[in-house]
Order: sequence, then structure tokens, then C-alpha cells
Amino acid sequence: MGQAMIDLQHLAKKFGDQTVLKDINLTVNPGEIVGLIGPSGAGKSTVIKVALGMEVASGGSAKVFDTTMPNRELLGRIGYMAQTDALYDSLSGLENLKFFGLMKGIAKADMKKEVMHAAEVVDLTADLNKRVSGYSGGMMRRLSLAIALLGSPELLILDEPTVGIDPALRRQIWTELGRIRDEGRSILITTHVMDEAELVDRVALLLDGEVIAFDTPAVLKKQYAVATIEDVFLKAEGVES
Amino acid sequence: MRTIGIMNRVLKELFRDKRTLALMFVAPILVMLLMSVIFNTNASTDVSVGTVSVSQKLNKEMGGIKHVTVKSYDTKQDAKKALNDEKVDAIIKKNGNNYSLTYANTDSTKTATVKLAFKNVLTATSISQLKSALKQSTKATVKLQAQLQALQKQQTAASAMTGSVTAAKQNAAKQATAAKAQSTNHATKSTSQSTPKITNHYVYGDKDTGYFAKMLPILMGFFVFFFVFLISGMALLKERTTGTLDRLLATPVKRSSIVFGYMLSYGVLAVIQTIVIVLTTVWLLGIEVVGSMASVVVINLILALVALAFGILLSTFANSEFQMMQFIPLVIIPQVFFSGIIPLDSMADWVKAISYIIPLKYSGEAVNDIIMRGTSIWNLGFDISILLIFLVGLTILNVIGLKRYRKV
Repeated sequence: MGQAMIDLQHLAKKFGDQTVLKDINLTVNPGEIVGLIGPSGAGKSTVIKVALGMEVASGGSAKVFDTTMPNRELLGRIGYMAQTDALYDSLSGLENLKFFGLMKGIAKADMKKEVMHAAEVVDLTADLNKRVSGYSGGMMRRLSLAIALLGSPELLILDEPTVGIDPALRRQIWTELGRIRDEGRSILITTHVMDEAELVDRVALLLDGEVIAFDTPAVLKKQYAVATIEDVFLKAEGVES
Repeated sequence: MRTIGIMNRVLKELFRDKRTLALMFVAPILVMLLMSVIFNTNASTDVSVGTVSVSQKLNKEMGGIKHVTVKSYDTKQDAKKALNDEKVDAIIKKNGNNYSLTYANTDSTKTATVKLAFKNVLTATSISQLKSALKQSTKATVKLQAQLQALQKQQTAASAMTGSVTAAKQNAAKQATAAKAQSTNHATKSTSQSTPKITNHYVYGDKDTGYFAKMLPILMGFFVFFFVFLISGMALLKERTTGTLDRLLATPVKRSSIVFGYMLSYGVLAVIQTIVIVLTTVWLLGIEVVGSMASVVVINLILALVALAFGILLSTFANSEFQMMQFIPLVIIPQVFFSGIIPLDSMADWVKAISYIIPLKYSGEAVNDIIMRGTSIWNLGFDISILLIFLVGLTILNVIGLKRYRKV
């Protein structure tokens, strides 16, 4: 499988007295989509923040591209999409894309091509010149995803990317994510939509700051003797279904 | 490169927010226009002057001046009472040849009016005194000349017979010289009498209390500081709450690039704002700028950058726009008090010490010097370097402060 894109070993994170992550072991290999699922407050966002270097691990190691995070230069090779849309309302979609493209360090010559490609994937080409303040919720979400896709990063970290996106477009996005994987790039994705968890290569179940299960959906379902990942999730949480 | 990108983006956002933009440019002009109108209408206010043991003539002259009414009082106590009761705005008292003037000085324009009126009257009376003195001495000279001629006639008549001619001649010459000297003396005396000593007393403040003129440079700085502080603070707060700051920090952009990008964009805005404010004050309000206008813009630009850095720093302690507004009474209002609008010399030492950490004090001093005294910007090194120290310190704090959101 080669060198892991993300390699978290015995990762712990404390905020003051509060322990958010206890012992996280998680790897994302090249050409793999890893789903991170867990209830609210389980520490999904914190895992992502540590992987991006916004927070520093209190214990264990967090490596991305075989380099210990935080590391500023590496961020150019990661596409990140947060839970909030995080867009500049008074700018147009195109201006948003160009601005973040510039921040990512995309060369001027490639900018137009990259921007157009990203917009095409999320089906926003026709609305690029509109201001974001006039966008619908779904359009904002798509633009946000397009920004993450800019520059064809080797690693995508997506926090709840398909919230508020209609089913047809969601399918289109998953097709694109599959294509990205087939190119040998990797994706770490958090989601609440359980049928999406079926689409990933491996699922990590996060509960109370610990990864309690980490395997392919098929193996997990077998292990828990249930029919869907949703049931795995409920069973792991201790809720009787 | 990224810094420029951030600058362009911030400017784009700013120029699309027409209302905020209008606030930045129109509000200061409106307020200053209002203030100048309010302060200038005072100039034509009527003043009443109380006089104690002043000559009838001076009283009459004073009363003849427009907007001035004269009330004569018998004793100083009566006049003082009237002054305290706000019946008169100033008292003129004559002590021998000298005058003692007491101003209520609660309104500097009134004080100025009285001062001017009194000076004019005094000049007028002294000129008339000088005239009469001149007349007297001219008369004396004419008389003397007549005497001299008569004397000479006598001498010519007597010259043939007596030998005492020489003595008489000498005598006459002596007399003439003496008389001339006397008349000159008289004239000098009357001149010295006509320039009495004037002592000024102020119930409130001092002779430097010229309100709007003194306030203006500080006001200019205040507007720049206030708006840049608030708007930049809000802008960064918005970046944080909408998550764009996180997204920005998830790219390889340097923390310093973000801070510098903001500085450049708001610097551009501050330059435009300062130019607008300076031009308004100079052309619309007719304020004289002795020094260079470019220097005024430069000082205000530095102040704006300090305000920007300050706004960004404080925005990290606010969780909402409303919390940002709460910094106004805490940060902005004290700036006004210590900026020099109220004379600092009269304050207690520990209060004065606070003023040393107020950026507006230094910019106010510097701009005051430029506008009123025409001081060159190169001679304001102290004020400028203090402002720069503020700027550098706050900027470093901001770059470090962003570490809260990304550890590298």
C-alpha cells in the first residue's frame, strides 16, 4: 500500500483538563476513502484539526505525508472543507475560488483551468459570477466543496461535505470522489449520512475520543452481525435497536 | 503575493459594502461640519463687560463697539458677583494707570471678543490722548517761538548801545532750549501714560483655550482611529465566526501575510479617508493648515494602522459584533479624554501617566504641531516613533495571536 497519507498513532488531545481524544489510531492510505463516523462531541472535528495542524497533539504522533504536523507548507497539498461553508458573501463564486486558489499557491497559469474544473464537478459553472450572498444553501455547500477540490490536492479532508446537497448532486459528488480515489489520491471524510458510510473503503467508529472499530464496512457489519453501518453505529453506541 | 491577494480581497469586500463605506467618509464630514457650525455661531454672540473705576470715555468707546454692552460697577465686589452670576462675561478694572481684566472664559469666543474690543478701545483712547498731547506741545512750541522772536527784537534794539549783547543772546538761547526740552518731556510723558499695563485673569482655563482650532487635529485622528478600529475589528471577527479564517489558515498562507494583507487594505482606506477629512476641514470649514498636508496624511495613516492592529487584536477577545461594540466605551472613549482635547497639564500625575499609553495623544500632538505651528514632519520624530512602536508591538502580537487558530 505504500506510505500512509495520514498516520495517527496513539493520538491524544487535551484542552485544559478536558480530554477530547484518548487514543486514536487511524491511517489513510493512498487511493483510499476513509469515513470517520461517531456521535456529536466524539471528537471528529478535533481529529481533523490535529491532522491539519490547527491543534497540536498532546500525546502520540500525528503525521501527514510522513511529516509530523503541524507543518505549514504541507497544507498546500491538502484540500479542506469545514462544516461551515466559510465563504465570502460579498464576493462572487468565481472570486471566492480564485482567492482560495491563490492562497493555496496555485500558479497563475493553471488558475483558470483549476477553477473551471472544480466548478464543473459541483455543477456551479453557470452561477460563478453571482455573488455568494445570492446563493442557496446547497449552492454554498457546493462552492465550499469546489474550493477544497482546487489544485487537485493529494489528500482531501472533508467535514460533512454532503449536508444540504440534493440526492442527484450527492451521487455526482460521490462519483467524483471515487474518481479521485482511483487516481491514487486519498480522502478522509466525516459524515452523518449512514448510507454514505457504506460507500467508503474503511470506516472508523469514533466514540468518546477513541476509535472503537476501524475496518471495511463489510467486515464491520459481519463483526457486529448487523445489516447496515447504521446498525453497527447504534450497536457500538450501546443503543438497542 | 498572498499578502497582495488578501489585500485585494479585503478591499473588494470593503468597496462592496456601500453603507459602511459611506459611514467612514460621510459621518466624519457631517460631524465636523456640525461642530464647526455650532462653535462658530458663538463668534457673534453678544458680550457684556463690567467695568470698575474706568474713565467715562473708555466706557463710552467700549459701548460703541458692536455686540458689546458695558455695565459700570462701583466696587470690585459688585462686579465679581455679576461675573459669577453670569450677568457679565468679563470685568475691566483700572488700578492707577494699569488695567486688570478678568474673564469668565467659559466660552473662549466671548473671551476673545472682549480682548479684541478692549484692545481696540485702548488704542483708540491712547491715540486721542497722543493727539491732544501733540497739540499741547505744538502750542508750546509756537509760544516759545513767539517769545524767541520777541527776545531777538529786543536784542537788536539794544545791540547798538550796550555791551551786554552777548550775555543777552546767550540768555535767550538758554531759555529757548529749556522750553523746547520741556515740551519734548511733556510729549514723552503723555506717550508713556497711554500704554498702561494690562493683566489678564481667567476664571476658567487659560489664554490657550481656543476650542475648535485645538480640537480639530485630534478630532481628525479620532475619526480615523474610531472607524478603522471598529470596521477592521468587525471584519476579522466575521472571518473568525463564519469560518473563513479557519479555511484561510488551512492553506499554506503565513500568519503574517494575513495581518499584512489587512494592514495594506486598511492602509489604503485610511489614506483615502484622511485625505477626504483633511480636504473637508481645509476647504469646507476654512481651517488654516500652516504645515504640509502630506505630513498630516502620513501621521493619520500611521495612526490608522495602529487602530487596525488594535482592532484586530481586540476582536480576538470578542465573540460577536455586539461584544466588539462593547470595546467602544472601554477603548475609544478614554482615548478622547487623554488625547489632549482636555489640557493634560492640569491633571494629577497618575492620570497624566495614563496618557502616555494612548496612541491618540501622540498623533494629536504631532498633527497639532503641523497644522498650527507648521512643524516639519522630520521634527516630530518622538511622536512618530512612539506610534511606530505601538504599531510594531501590536502587529507582532497579532501575528502571534493567530497561533490560537493554527499552531504553525
